[in-house]
Amino acid sequence: MKKTLLVGALLLPLAALGAYFAFRRSPRAEEGLRCGTFEPAREAPAFSLDGSDGKKLSLRDHLGKVVILEFGFTFCDEVCPVTLGHLTEVYKKLGSAASDVHLIFVTVDPERDSPERLREHLAAFNPSFLGATGTPGELGAVQKAYGVVAKQVVSRNPAQGYAVEHSSSLYLIDRQGKLRGLVPFGTPADDIVHDLELLLRKGS
Amino acid sequence: MSSTAAGALSDVQPRDEDGLPAPSRTRRRRLFGIVVGVILTPVVCAAMWPVTFDSREELFEIPKGTWARRMAGEKREILPSEIHLLVGIRNVLMLKNSDDVPQIFGPTLLMPGQSLRIPFTRPSENYFACTAHASGQLIVVVEATPIWPWNRLSWRVRGMLRRLSGP
Repeated sequence: MKKTLLVGALLLPLAALGAYFAFRRSPRAEEGLRCGTFEPAREAPAFSLDGSDGKKLSLRDHLGKVVILEFGFTFCDEVCPVTLGHLTEVYKKLGSAASDVHLIFVTVDPERDSPERLREHLAAFNPSFLGATGTPGELGAVQKAYGVVAKQVVSRNPAQGYAVEHSSSLYLIDRQGKLRGLVPFGTPADDIVHDLELLLRKGS
Repeated sequence: MSSTAAGALSDVQPRDEDGLPAPSRTRRRRLFGIVVGVILTPVVCAAMWPVTFDSREELFEIPKGTWARRMAGEKREILPSEIHLLVGIRNVLMLKNSDDVPQIFGPTLLMPGQSLRIPFTRPSENYFACTAHASGQLIVVVEATPIWPWNRLSWRVRGMLRRLSGP
């Protein structure tokens, strides 16, 4: 009797576990963008800033291309270089399709990020990356329109004086100028490539 | 004489300090078994019962009229400062603005009627700048699906403790 109870007590949890694995629903593959998706997509807020190529940089000029919008600053030593390195990898994976993807790096540190400094900094990752700067008022308006947070804090590196804590997500804008996706910091390169390819296909 | 007295004593039912009949050893064992059963049953159930949800989405919504109520001085937190998700079964963060005005919600600005759906596919801790919180941060903790009984138990206990400790 005791033996039967013991065997039953051992078999019951095993049977329950087996039943769980047998009947559990397998995770459905994600459809659409793998990153954050805006529903419905709205017109990406327009801006016109000073480009790192010495020309005026207007979002409108990039209609027909898929735009990745990043907010950061060149003195950043934590988030921005990681993201830019990540995007360099994304560009490599995209191959020839990368020519239809434009990265615009909007500074959150207009005091130090001149167009020249932006150009030098971005060229170290990919010469096609574009930087954008402007007056604090112009940049503040762009940040507000995208819901980006940026504030000056004391830097851990005394030589720098200050750092800027800022939103670390990337924004994806489709060929029609619609704000379609939000890519959280740390999203794997393959997922970003997947979403960019999807946006490239949709508008071509 | 003494043997009679001893025999009489052995028939007397043992009594406790209040003079009431003390529970027999069998009754004590039974009581102990019931107590252990009452404690163990929910623990075993919490460990064995699979973690399931009706939807993969964890929805947070700004209800209509929130802005007007805030302007009137009402303080109400809609988004907790820490959100916990599970890979594969509860891995989508859904933020929806049902108010009449644009709102900064979590990591971004949402227009009236707009939503942001963010799926998370890997265990991770995600930090988003968010002005809605005093800390200025929204943390999304994505955990691996608890498959083994011990993981399920620990996940359920942690969830219960979080609920008890409040938002």
